[in-house]
Amino acid sequence: MSISFSSQIVIEYQHFDQLFAALSELGYKIAAPTVREGAIVYDEVTSVHELPCGWTDVQNAGGYELQKRADNALFGYNVGPHSWKKFLHPPSLKLWEAQKNEQGFEICPEVNEVPRYAFIGVRSCELHAIKIQDRVFMEGPYVDSTYEKRRKESFIVAVNCGQAGETCFCSSMNTGPQVSEGFDLALSEVMEEEKHYFVVSVGSIEGQALLEKIVHREARAEEIQLAMDTVDEAREQMGRSVDTFNIQSLLIDNHDHARWEEVAERCLSCGNCTMVCPTCFCTAVEDVTDLTGEKAQRVRRWDSCFTMDFSYLHGGSVRSSVKSRYRQWLTHKFSTWIDQFGSSGCVGCGRCITWCPVGIDVTEEITHICDKDKNDGIT
Amino acid sequence: MAGTKKPKLAVWKFASCDGCQLTLLDCEDELLAITEAIEIAYFPEATRNVVEGPYDLSLVEGSITTEHDAQRIHEIRRNSKFLITIGACATTGGIQALRNLQNVDDFVRIVYAHPEYISTLETSTAISQHVKVDFELRGCPINKEQLLEVINAYLNKRKPNVSSHSVCMECKLRGTVCVMVTKKAPCLGPITHAGCKALCPAYNRGCFGCFGAKETPNVASISKWYAHLGVEQSEISRILNTFNAYPDCESKEEECER
Repeated sequence: MSISFSSQIVIEYQHFDQLFAALSELGYKIAAPTVREGAIVYDEVTSVHELPCGWTDVQNAGGYELQKRADNALFGYNVGPHSWKKFLHPPSLKLWEAQKNEQGFEICPEVNEVPRYAFIGVRSCELHAIKIQDRVFMEGPYVDSTYEKRRKESFIVAVNCGQAGETCFCSSMNTGPQVSEGFDLALSEVMEEEKHYFVVSVGSIEGQALLEKIVHREARAEEIQLAMDTVDEAREQMGRSVDTFNIQSLLIDNHDHARWEEVAERCLSCGNCTMVCPTCFCTAVEDVTDLTGEKAQRVRRWDSCFTMDFSYLHGGSVRSSVKSRYRQWLTHKFSTWIDQFGSSGCVGCGRCITWCPVGIDVTEEITHICDKDKNDGIT
Repeated sequence: MAGTKKPKLAVWKFASCDGCQLTLLDCEDELLAITEAIEIAYFPEATRNVVEGPYDLSLVEGSITTEHDAQRIHEIRRNSKFLITIGACATTGGIQALRNLQNVDDFVRIVYAHPEYISTLETSTAISQHVKVDFELRGCPINKEQLLEVINAYLNKRKPNVSSHSVCMECKLRGTVCVMVTKKAPCLGPITHAGCKALCPAYNRGCFGCFGAKETPNVASISKWYAHLGVEQSEISRILNTFNAYPDCESKEEECER
């Protein structure tokens, strides 16, 4: 059979490992979910056996726990502490080296070998996050060449969520759970009685070509229906939501709301929310020298708007109070991001809620801050 | 550095375990390069050879616990162009600052057979409480890379890349999974100064807070959350009072009250 962009294909569970072999053959490094340190993280893997088979996660504000499932689902969980930005926008990166010479110094640009990554198991919220970072890094007057190279080389195998976690709110952000665009292949994992298979949609010519190398067949109407049902289930399980109506102006109008002060009393300004956020992109650059001062290098690393150094201008930090830092982060993410990049900076993945060490829930904070009827803001 | 006189380095010890100055000797691969760039003029742990002061760079380890030391640090300051404290003892009073929360005479009576021989102050205090300090390097013990970075920055007349944000940032940069969220471990990482590259969480246990308080630490909030996770009050108090019990704890509390 010939595969078209509108085809719905089935790959049986026992043939799924062929996807890994086909990608490796094309020279891709495969990054996928895998169990490590009590969580499902994203790491380089070589075979299907490294996926979190039969695992699921239970998440809440400030809590994450792995649990065994009753089945052997490969994608039966939600997003964990890592996001794909660790591959596309590395946590730490040497930008260049400089060597002292008689005239001053000479800059030797760093030639970073760019790995070709195939990402397996990318969720809809994460595809939206990648799209947001594409805009930040590739669509302005200054293109980030490192990101661009990595992004253009990447192959994306997306997965429709068959369940939603307690901290998920993609439905209300219009970013999921159904995968819509930005993938090479998109899977839905279906388990019915003894059957276990993946219903696959094609999103690119590369995806189409790859699928030809894997044992597959055309999906039957009832299989397509079952795949759609799993996404509906996820939609119904969605643990949280954000009312985005007028949010852009509501946050700005409530700049002095008492709730900012209240949340600052709980916020640790530790930066975890920004580090786990799949769209947060800020970095710091550090210049280091060797002991002789003959050689220097510039290194870029992830930074956070929750640190004092982040807003350090001449003489001190502009945002010295935790209140001002929390407010900056939240209003940027949900309001001024729209002014800056034309979309919200939040994709509703819920990571900032789960991985906040003291369980601060951004959806709850927004509800308080944007609620015009409650002037005191504290309940 | 060719053609110019090498700056003179001195390493001083006060009440401490020697672990921090040992970190300088631990710079095995870099030691030769260090001695190329700087003259080790006073470092009794490494050599009996003493080059007289004044010194360009003094590294000070340990806290002030005796009257004699309280005098001696002034002399060292007068003899030093640039003074850097190394480690928790010198920077915050160290583990021996636990005495600040109790009556020191009670300790002396319990520990020593002849308490009358002991002459000690009631408190263990940071060097900065006695003299002007140019830079404070934290840790119990300090981190070797950070020590090299500070010496390096001094030699090259630049600001050292030593961040005062949380240990959490280091966990996330290396991809370590949060032990507080997954294991409900009372980890001090969110209120602790970075610098160790998140060593303990990388070995699947909570941060002990060896590096002391980070910038703007929120002790009140994290204490409440520890209680919420089911940690006993006495245990919370113990966690917050070990390597950097004083004055950090008090300043942390003040920070929260503000």
